[in-house]
Amino acid sequence: MSKPYQYLDLAAVRAHLGSSRGRDYWRSLEELAESEGFQDMLEREFPRQAAEWTNDTAGRRHFLKVMGASMALAGLGACTRQPIETIMPYVRQPEEVIPGKPLFFATAVPVAGIATGVLVESHMGRPTKVEGNPEHPASLGATDAIAQASVLDLYDPDRSQTLTYLGDIRPWSSFLGAAREALNAQIPKGGAGLRFLTGAITSPSLADQFRTLLAKYPAAKWHCYEPAGRYAQLAAARQAFGQPVNTYYRLASADVILALDSDFLCTGPTSVRYAADFASRRSVRGNQIAMSRFYAVESTATPTGAKADHRLPVRAADVEAFAAAVASSVAASGAAGSQTATGPHAAFIAALVKDLAQHRGTSVVIPGEYQSTAVHVLAHAINAALGNVGKTVVYTDPLDPNPVDDFESLRELGQDMDAGKVEMLVIAGGNPVYNAPADFGFTQRMSKVKLRIHMGLYADETSEFCQWHIPEAHFLETWSDARAYDGTITIMQPLIQPLYFGRSVHEMLAAFGETPSQSPYDIVKGYWNRQHPGADFEDWWRKAVHDGIVPNTALPAKTVALKTGAVTPPRPVEGQGIEIVFRPDPHVFDGRFANNGWLQELPKPLTKLTWDNAALVSPATAERLKLQNEDLVDLEYRGRKVRAPIWILPGHANDSVTVHLGYGRTRAGRVGNRAGFDAYALRTSDAPWFGSGLAIRKAGSKFTLASTQMHYDMMGRQIVISGTVEEYRKDPHFVKERAEEPPKELSLYPGYKYEGYAWGMAIDQTACVGCNACVVACQAENNIAVVGKDQVQKMRAMHWLRIDTYHKGSPDNPETYFQPLPCMQCENAPCELVCPVQATSHSSEGLNDMVYNRCVGTRYCANNCPYKVRRFNFFLYSDWNTPSLKLQRNPDVSVRSRGVMEKCTYCVQRISEAKIEAEKEDRTLKDGEVQTACQGVCPTQAIVFGDINDSSSRVAKLKAEQLNYSLLAELNTRPRTTYLAALRNPNPEIEKA
Amino acid sequence: MKTPIYGLMAEFDNPTALASAARRAREQGYRKLEAYSPFPIEEVNEALGQHQNRLPLLVLIGGIVGGITGYLLQYYVAVVHYPLNIGGRPVHSWPSFVIVTFEMTILFAALTTVLGLLGLCGLPMPYHPVFNVPRFALASRNRFFLCIEAADPLFDRFQTADFLTGLEPREVSEVAH
Amino acid sequence: MSDERRNPVIAPGHTFATVTDKISAIVLTRKTPTHWLIPFAVASTLLMVFLWAVTYLFVRGVGIYGVKIPVGWGWDITNFVWWIGIGHAGTLISAILLLLHQTWRNSINRFAEAMTLFAVACAGMYPVLHLGRPWLFYWLFPYPNTMGIQPQFRSPLVWDVFAVSTYATVSLLFWYVGLIPDLATLRDRAKNHAARIIYGILAMGWRGAASHWQKYETASLLLAGIATPLVISVHTVVSFDFTVGIVPGWHSTIFPPYFVAGAIYSGFAMVLVLAIPLRAMYGLADMITPRHLDNCAKVMLATALIVAYSYVFEAFIAWYSGNPFEMYAIWNRMTGPYWPQYWLLIFCNLIFPQVLWLRKIRTSAFWLFIVSIDVLVGMWLERYVIIVVSLHRDFLPAAWGMYSGSIWDKATFLGTIGLFFFLFFLFIRSLPVISIFEVRTLLPEADVTEGVEK
Repeated sequence: MSKPYQYLDLAAVRAHLGSSRGRDYWRSLEELAESEGFQDMLEREFPRQAAEWTNDTAGRRHFLKVMGASMALAGLGACTRQPIETIMPYVRQPEEVIPGKPLFFATAVPVAGIATGVLVESHMGRPTKVEGNPEHPASLGATDAIAQASVLDLYDPDRSQTLTYLGDIRPWSSFLGAAREALNAQIPKGGAGLRFLTGAITSPSLADQFRTLLAKYPAAKWHCYEPAGRYAQLAAARQAFGQPVNTYYRLASADVILALDSDFLCTGPTSVRYAADFASRRSVRGNQIAMSRFYAVESTATPTGAKADHRLPVRAADVEAFAAAVASSVAASGAAGSQTATGPHAAFIAALVKDLAQHRGTSVVIPGEYQSTAVHVLAHAINAALGNVGKTVVYTDPLDPNPVDDFESLRELGQDMDAGKVEMLVIAGGNPVYNAPADFGFTQRMSKVKLRIHMGLYADETSEFCQWHIPEAHFLETWSDARAYDGTITIMQPLIQPLYFGRSVHEMLAAFGETPSQSPYDIVKGYWNRQHPGADFEDWWRKAVHDGIVPNTALPAKTVALKTGAVTPPRPVEGQGIEIVFRPDPHVFDGRFANNGWLQELPKPLTKLTWDNAALVSPATAERLKLQNEDLVDLEYRGRKVRAPIWILPGHANDSVTVHLGYGRTRAGRVGNRAGFDAYALRTSDAPWFGSGLAIRKAGSKFTLASTQMHYDMMGRQIVISGTVEEYRKDPHFVKERAEEPPKELSLYPGYKYEGYAWGMAIDQTACVGCNACVVACQAENNIAVVGKDQVQKMRAMHWLRIDTYHKGSPDNPETYFQPLPCMQCENAPCELVCPVQATSHSSEGLNDMVYNRCVGTRYCANNCPYKVRRFNFFLYSDWNTPSLKLQRNPDVSVRSRGVMEKCTYCVQRISEAKIEAEKEDRTLKDGEVQTACQGVCPTQAIVFGDINDSSSRVAKLKAEQLNYSLLAELNTRPRTTYLAALRNPNPEIEKA
Repeated sequence: MKTPIYGLMAEFDNPTALASAARRAREQGYRKLEAYSPFPIEEVNEALGQHQNRLPLLVLIGGIVGGITGYLLQYYVAVVHYPLNIGGRPVHSWPSFVIVTFEMTILFAALTTVLGLLGLCGLPMPYHPVFNVPRFALASRNRFFLCIEAADPLFDRFQTADFLTGLEPREVSEVAH
Repeated sequence: MSDERRNPVIAPGHTFATVTDKISAIVLTRKTPTHWLIPFAVASTLLMVFLWAVTYLFVRGVGIYGVKIPVGWGWDITNFVWWIGIGHAGTLISAILLLLHQTWRNSINRFAEAMTLFAVACAGMYPVLHLGRPWLFYWLFPYPNTMGIQPQFRSPLVWDVFAVSTYATVSLLFWYVGLIPDLATLRDRAKNHAARIIYGILAMGWRGAASHWQKYETASLLLAGIATPLVISVHTVVSFDFTVGIVPGWHSTIFPPYFVAGAIYSGFAMVLVLAIPLRAMYGLADMITPRHLDNCAKVMLATALIVAYSYVFEAFIAWYSGNPFEMYAIWNRMTGPYWPQYWLLIFCNLIFPQVLWLRKIRTSAFWLFIVSIDVLVGMWLERYVIIVVSLHRDFLPAAWGMYSGSIWDKATFLGTIGLFFFLFFLFIRSLPVISIFEVRTLLPEADVTEGVEK
């Protein structure tokens, strides 16, 4: 397992990069040689070497070396130049770049087609950090972990950098030639042999391009396949309403929430907004108590379930029965009082239904994206019965202009391929060879297609099976547009010219059509011009691009009638035995982010695993099958077999095994290759998300997994102080009583006075949903290195901010708490006292400063830190070699070298920058003017940072709350970071039972 | 005034003999004399009337200087040179400064002891006339020597030799310059 | 005095001449004996291992060791404390026993002091090697610099720097002063011209003048007086590295005396480990007599009891304090994942050494050797348990982890053992292992019989 972690073995990496650089530049040189622009750069820059070029081989080799270097420069040149087209900086700043002054540009991160609006920070034309777009409905200023990490994908040195035909480099022009030829052959047949395969697409302009193209080739077909698509939602809509509809929820106005196997807080393009709305109803401030009640029924334990007031682990297959029971008793309760449900969870259901019934119109039932159609239909029925539709539940037209059942679509394509009807297959984005259902045999079928074209960010598994591979432009490199969960459209603008000469799908389609040379800018702008003809278009365009949202494009709410008989009686759970549950990985998703080091090293919620996926089982099941963590097992399911390591997950449903998709990649890149196992190998189209009949056989050996946390028990210590709203109502001081803070007078020494700013942070553990966005945000903002599996497993991960997870109660269904842990910035910092060289000391504003270049690395400070938030560069972890990665770095934060300690600084660079601005304007900082990276992206605003000397600041107010306490207060470290106790709002009726 | 020889030396083979010889020589009135032995013998020192010793005083001074240096060094660094807020402790946190002060005291005292010793003994001394007596090599093994220096007012090449012979030494030899 | 007669500190029949010749012969002999060559070869090989490990360390970084967050110190600091501890016996013997007029010390203090020096040299390696950036170790010393920043004098590590470097310096001076008269002896007895020159220079023209002897005696007494508080302070300061920290299992007031006792304990063990083979190899049994072994054993037994008391009290106080973190720390030592190390250390340091109550064992070279080795192992484990087992589970369970030393930790440790014996065997061959002039004073003929009346 050493290969994927070459990041550690510096020598190896250096060698690898060295060689690969040479080759790549040789490639790109050949490619570039086509463009005369490069030719004359050659003349201009290297006349002498150019002469040498003709001489002996040694001379040539030397020339290539120099050329390699020059290419790096050329690359840099390309990066520090903004696109020629005018793009709109988000803030009203002078628009030309001021050195050292970052600009922000509004765009959107599309995942599986659906957009989250963001603002991207650009330093001298280099996008370095993603922030949320406060005006965007899906963001409200926050983002999820994937959006945070997307900027690293942009600079990934493993992205495909050259257009290839059967592995040989070809210029774009020769591809155009080949494509034209094939297309011309199609014209007479009306494109009968032409097929397009894309992922889910919500882009109006792209859809428009497809329409025109399909108009030209009426017999051609456009297929869509999303491995982690929202099939159930679409199918259910068709079954329930007879038409495709898009559903979303207004959690801000929901008093009672029931989640049916849904991880709505942390998964999917809506999660950020849902988390925000959810948290807005889970806050206790003084005597303002706004607590919704949240019931979760789920198979695999998720962060969402961890936030529930009542959580019920049931097998995925049994969720339908549960939903049906709820539905029937709700229907009944509608008519004649509440009827008692039957079955295993009768009491639970009775109480739940009573609660729901008491909150008609202010309750909501959320079916899991990865549940069955039937569950979705039932959810529609329950919501309808509770009169939630139009209040907490909103129906609109579908987001995708081409709403197809992904599996149907793919099956159809497969059949056509078998029938030899497909002569030209264009795969734009997506990686079907890797992620098509196992029963499709997609790979074999593809070989029947004459001309296969693949466009993607990586030369991946699919491009291996295509003659043509075209490097795709990253979304930060090109123009496009996309819809958010509610239909709101964002026009995506590029922040940088394509680093690796990638092209966008827009360009390719244009090339297939009438206007081969049209740029994405012209295409997108042209499309919108057609939508908004008229004189004011330029202003409209500027505003839309600038704001990052096209005004009033949110899809209107739509009233749909539930078809009678839509609700089918629950099918008996077919096939007993152990159930297998498929889920997209919380971080690498369906596998498309597998080569993203930040996401790979990000500890997954609850399991805290990094760099691997595992077969997750409940403690009871593990005990029954005599399984332990890291045992290798053979998972046999419907005649297919994969070998996977076991990980025991408290709270997981019994007799059920969760496997995450997206691992076991073979052509992901240096980071993603050979990490984890490929769960797609077991996944079939008829049971995309779960199915029974899994056989588990111990392989007898072990497989080392790198988890960043071993102990989940608080050992009776006051770490996460938790309680119920009731307790709080009875005795608001209960927290203070548990966390005894020694009085200031206790100290022998006179305390320091902090005049002016005194920075502090308060973290609301009731709000935190453990989504990990803050961890990646911190990594991106502070140039935190990726260390690789081996080092993580040695407990040397570098994250400055970690999310400690604790379980309480029985392992079968524990209460789970999240505790984000940055540096506490103690006023009596134990770390400072023991540093022999004054490398860490206190600033006048109460920051626990770390002076990297003074540090000699005794690690005494880390030993003496009771919170263990200090991180040490045991090796040279930062990548000092890869040019493209250097471009991502935040210029305001020094890149640490080997042998020095580092830790959270409260984003001191942001503080300084804001202070300088304020001083220029001769004023003091306003509250909220400085946001730490973690605070900025937190969807639930669980993290609040500010000046605690300013009694009107939000943080000062939070610290005044009764729920506020210091972690390990008894040590008298006087932390500046404090916590608000985690509160729950359980249903007394269930509590009793 | 330069004497023709450095002095006369008598060799004995046990400490008792040396001690009594030394005493007799002192009684005779000789003052510029020195005894040489392979190990320290208190009686001989008494016999030769060697009492005063300034070493302890030097060491005391050395120690005090060391201590003061140590404390001032820390005070200067922590309070004057670059005062920093370290873990909320006062810049002049004297309890933490005790140890280094102590160690510096010890260090300086030890150094003064050794340097003082060498200084007072006039060591290192590459050349000394007594080494001109071939048998003197045994002074570091098992022989005991008494040397009356020519610089002594009572010294007379022949009488002194007779006097020494009277002490029943193994032999008496002249010490050339 | 009956004990004196039963086994004297020096065998009868020796004269000034015989002791001088016998001891100086070890150094001045022309042919190097095989019983010297073989162990020296082994030591040199281990020294090579050390150089290899250190080179790799400098190339790759301290990550090659097993250290991690939360266990930032492992074998490295364990070895540091272990060696420093061993380094205590020498000065203790030469200083404290001198002040107490324990004349029996005269024949073992020389090589005990040498042992101290070499142990301190080995110990001194670790604080440098364990750094993330070892090439910057000198930043721990105060010196005028362009960075305008100086050491942080509240940090126990800076105290260490001063304590250990002072200790090394004073031990060296003490040792050298003690050597001067013997160097003179070697100068006078060396046949080889070069040797004459070298010993001559080192002896600085010492000629055994009575007036010099008088100052010399004062100087030794003063040095002893100075070294005594120093030797106590050094391990006290080392214990501050832990007690000043807030880690449960470190933060304890009992450490200073407990560490000093432990240091003397392991120090005497090492003295015996060296003395027993030495007296056999060079037939020094009549100068390092059963009496010496017996006394060393008694010191070990005494310190063993102090250490035992500390272990018991550590556990008691943890329970008595009622501090959950402290309680858990001790409980975790006894029953946690590192229980074997803890109980093995209890056996090595407490239980097995009780055999020293038996006179038969105390005077049997073989058994003493076994006990000494056992004590050295036990004391190493003690430091390992204090450092690693306290760190691996401190306050927040989420940050707990497991530690184990890497191959490089072990190579470095072996390496310093090699360095230690390399230096020690060089010393045996080039300097008198027993203080000749002090042994002379032990001989009956050294007393002035006829009283000197005034």
